Amino acid sequence: MVGQNSVRNRIIDGSILAVLFLITIACLIPLLHTVAVSFSDKTAADAGRVFLTPIKATTASYAKVLDDGQFFQAFLISVQRVLLGGLLNFVLTVMMAFALSKDAKQFPMRNVYMWFLVFTMLFSGGIVPWFMTIKYYGLLDSIWALVLPHAVQVFNVILLMNFFRNLPKELNEAAEMDGAGPWYVMVRLYIPLSLPSIATVTLFSIVFHWNSFFDGLVLMSKQDHYPLQTYIQTLVTQISAQAMTSMSPEELAAAMAVSNRTFNAAKIIVSMIPILLIYPFIQRFFIHGITLGSVKE
Amino acid sequence: MYSRKNALHYHAMVLPGILLLLLFSVVPIGFAVIAFQNFKPGRGITGSEWVGLENFHYLFQLPDSRLIFFNTIFLAVLKIAANLIVPLVFALLLNEVRVRFLRKSIQTIVYLPHFISWVLLATIFFDVFSLEGIVNQALGLFGIDPVLFYASNRWFPAIIVATDVWKEFGFNAIVYLAALTGINPALYEAAGIDGASRFRQLWHVTLPGVKTTVILLATLALGNVMNANFDQIFNMYNPLVYQSSDIIDTYVYRVGLNDLQYSLGTAVGLLKSVVSFILVVLSYVLASRFAGYRIF
Repeated sequence: MVGQNSVRNRIIDGSILAVLFLITIACLIPLLHTVAVSFSDKTAADAGRVFLTPIKATTASYAKVLDDGQFFQAFLISVQRVLLGGLLNFVLTVMMAFALSKDAKQFPMRNVYMWFLVFTMLFSGGIVPWFMTIKYYGLLDSIWALVLPHAVQVFNVILLMNFFRNLPKELNEAAEMDGAGPWYVMVRLYIPLSLPSIATVTLFSIVFHWNSFFDGLVLMSKQDHYPLQTYIQTLVTQISAQAMTSMSPEELAAAMAVSNRTFNAAKIIVSMIPILLIYPFIQRFFIHGITLGSVKE
Repeated sequence: MYSRKNALHYHAMVLPGILLLLLFSVVPIGFAVIAFQNFKPGRGITGSEWVGLENFHYLFQLPDSRLIFFNTIFLAVLKIAANLIVPLVFALLLNEVRVRFLRKSIQTIVYLPHFISWVLLATIFFDVFSLEGIVNQALGLFGIDPVLFYASNRWFPAIIVATDVWKEFGFNAIVYLAALTGINPALYEAAGIDGASRFRQLWHVTLPGVKTTVILLATLALGNVMNANFDQIFNMYNPLVYQSSDIIDTYVYRVGLNDLQYSLGTAVGLLKSVVSFILVVLSYVLASRFAGYRIF
């Protein structure tokens, strides 16, 4: 009986692995395909002959990307945005999470602030009023329009706050006994003890800023001010909406095929590089950070 | 241990953030009053005419509005269901893998799409689903004629849901995997000694172990019924498939910011915000009552 069972078990294990393998491959194929297209010869790619290996491998598309001044400019704006936005998010998140991790006895207004934060996370006036507000402040076409409205990421604040609350209270009390003030406790005790969680929320905010495209599209009137994702987005929708409605499906397909496959693929890959660079770090921290923060007993 | 001096410092720590939230989240809610006006940018809020609920009456008469509300809820509900089930199945399968290295490698790969933006993914999928794309080539191997996925109101919603699941299932599985590791190993040992097959163990030990998590996630998902994911649809749709995939958010963008019908766009957006808000609050109340869930 035992032998039969283990054979059966092995078959089950084998099929599970096979299914998981297929799922994993399915996650990779579109990305690997794009890499292959980006390194392929233009005519082969346009004819749809490239699958997962480049045909007549060439780096011509990448050379073209490096020559594309607009792409470079947009890339720089995105880097600037990530640095500014990430720093601002980091400082504000840590300060708010630390103060709000105190209970209502130590910080009487704490619950009022908490409800206010949750309210702003759940209710918005919609995009038209949001646009009008930023226009009213005169921030259109300024990098601050991409950074200030997202300066407080409420979700991250709550995540980190929940983590802080799980740190032993005695730590805080002992430090205060020795005469340490709140700022000292925050910088010297809480931050060093929560590096994985802080890294998680900071990486989240970096990914958020790098990936955002919509605010760039709406708040920047000139193409020179577009962050990278917005720039890529406008490339794809070059065929205007009006033109599309008047076209038959076949005409549309033809118009779409003319788009520059290899060049676009190279742009996509280059835009992905920063995410791929920080991905290993996200991997290391974020499961830990999330599971500790989100579910409270 | 309350110290007034400490509390002052705590106020100082929250204040900059609160101020920014006031400026960029609360002030826009104030600007939303233009939903009750016939707002003209040249005249400003004080100079524009108040029309009461006229914009809302108008929007209920628009044939478009019924369609966009239907599309929004239809796509959102499909996504919610798929994003609850697929990650669960995946997590259950992965949980059976005992080799740590394999588990880690699979996880590393399937989380990746979550961190790539919809702008880039939409461009990739546009290529993948195009006439000469790899999907149509694969279909061709089975003798199926190429399909114009991006021009078909029948196929496009399926693509929207499928690509969303593709992007998020790995990430969504994290919560399930956490719940699965929380199951007491002694339960499996006991079941094994009793001679329970793996399938019976799955049914009697594993599934009850994740039941609470599934219910909790399903309840919280109620808050997302009005949210079909603007970023994805805006980047993937085109006028040919408006009929099946134009949602509230994309409509508000086109009407409010492209056609400059500020008041109408705001009215639609506000209606959505209010309904969503009620749904989210309801879902939190339910989740806290039945699963003891608390946001803070």
